[in-house]
Amino acid sequence: MSNRIDVKKTYKLYINGAFPRSESGRTYEIKDAKGVFIANPCLASRKDLKDAVVAARAAQPGWNKASAYNKGQILYRIAEMLEGRRTQFVQEIVSVTGITKVKAEKEVTESVDRIVWYAGWSDKLSSLSGALNPVAGPYYNFTVPESMGVIAAIAPESPSLLGLIDAIAPVIVGGNTVIVLASTKAPLSAMSFAEVVATSDVPAGVINILTGKKDEIAPWMASHMDIDGLDISGLGAKSHGAVRSAGAENLKRIYSFNSADPSRILAFLEHKTVWHPIGL
Amino acid sequence: MSFYGLVDGSDASLRTYLNALSGVDQIGADARASMLATRSIKTASKRWAIDMAISMVDLTTLEGADTPGKVQALCTKAVRPDPTDSTVPSVGAVCVYNDMVGVARKHLDLIGGSHVGVAAVSTAFPSGRASMPVKIQDTADALNAGASEIDMVIDRGAFLSGDYITVFNEIVQIRELCGDRAHLKVIFETGELVTYDNVRKASFLAMAAGADFIKTSTGKVAPAATAPVVLVMLEAVRDFYSMTQTRIGVKPAGGIRNTKDAIKQLVLVNETAGPAWLTPSLFRIGASALLNDLLMQRMKMDNGYYASPAYVTID
Repeated sequence: MSNRIDVKKTYKLYINGAFPRSESGRTYEIKDAKGVFIANPCLASRKDLKDAVVAARAAQPGWNKASAYNKGQILYRIAEMLEGRRTQFVQEIVSVTGITKVKAEKEVTESVDRIVWYAGWSDKLSSLSGALNPVAGPYYNFTVPESMGVIAAIAPESPSLLGLIDAIAPVIVGGNTVIVLASTKAPLSAMSFAEVVATSDVPAGVINILTGKKDEIAPWMASHMDIDGLDISGLGAKSHGAVRSAGAENLKRIYSFNSADPSRILAFLEHKTVWHPIGL
Repeated sequence: MSFYGLVDGSDASLRTYLNALSGVDQIGADARASMLATRSIKTASKRWAIDMAISMVDLTTLEGADTPGKVQALCTKAVRPDPTDSTVPSVGAVCVYNDMVGVARKHLDLIGGSHVGVAAVSTAFPSGRASMPVKIQDTADALNAGASEIDMVIDRGAFLSGDYITVFNEIVQIRELCGDRAHLKVIFETGELVTYDNVRKASFLAMAAGADFIKTSTGKVAPAATAPVVLVMLEAVRDFYSMTQTRIGVKPAGGIRNTKDAIKQLVLVNETAGPAWLTPSLFRIGASALLNDLLMQRMKMDNGYYASPAYVTID
């Protein structure tokens, strides 16, 4: 590594299966724990969000129609790809956050395991959260969980990779598509994760990843009429009120989570009831 | 017919007229079109541009599966694009196949849309491959059913083989048939004309033959209304105006799907032909999906938040 010129990576956005720069042309600087410059990731604008919503909306019916088995397999595939690039992720987490290598390795391991865990939920959702309801008449009556549509999520500042997984995986496992705003201070692993997604058979538009400022993008997510649900787990508590009231205008489902459990999946599902005559 | 005194209707005079045209600098046209596409349009101008673009839309349905019901729904949308907002202007016209002209005209008049024109695609659209009597009958049917605009296709085969006089005579005959009953738009299908020189040549040929509008494409062939092609046609109408003091309209059609594309077209018009062309009587945009995007952008500008396709009609 002595006299070789550094090949620096350009961190871009991930929208509709492609890696565009921000339409605004803006970037911001991130530095490591010691204050040394690392990279210039994109500073996404509201128009990047708009483009991502268009992509997510277009991808949603197809992703929703994929079988539970297929969705689970694709999530598992993401875990496989992430496992194969673990050294890169460890290195990026260490360089940006300054935590020890051991801790970073633990985060990456947990991230892989977390994806596998969410993948497993895919074909169990309808039997565990749906129901065959007893009714007084010659009918079957089923309650089945259905996807909500396009969900936006704000990933926490840290852990940057594990938090990102928790923002993405539970949303898409139920058939939703997602636009996630990554950690502002530590966006490197998010953009490397986009490369993992791009090589994991995830259809274009199902996962879209933006990097930028949360207080700039969150209000646009809340007021956007074509976003059905919003996960604000990663947004500072003082901004929650404004975002919730902006989202109330368009009946958006807004949730904040502090643990990884099946409620994260169920929050973005709608339970729908169908009647079916017996004997037909 | 006088043909503006430019040609006398003979093959020889037509060739002399077309051969005298300057060629188009292809690299220059591409570069200028892409440079104009980067113009930044600020809020107040954008609001104006969206309303102008809506009033310029020729709302189009040209499918084998068109039904009277679909055409009627299209007409309703043409008159009142956003049912919740009466300040949205009506579109310029609806554009349909000629057997649907009667349905469209009747429905438009019924719902108070007499000011919205009905454009019929004609002369064996989209290929233009039929005998002249068939093309004349095709056009006559549309006129008798109440079409106020005829969108005719040229015989690209004849044009590309250098048989300009055939193309010229066809336009002249359809022009005579239209009389003052209908405006005539001449469709070149620029995607099949290959070069910008051909586009310029076809533009001057059609204008001399009496076209009221020149139109890029049928919408059935890609590429359709690319920015450089529209630029070349706008330069042609500008030059034709300086020769004859007559303003000919331009209609790009095909591939203009969102507000950004539509506003780019308006920038091209303003910077090439000039502001006099920024009116629905001299510039139209043939489109279907575009209207919903314009409406959604308009809602965004009025409400301050992004709109959802769930709040505009499904085409």
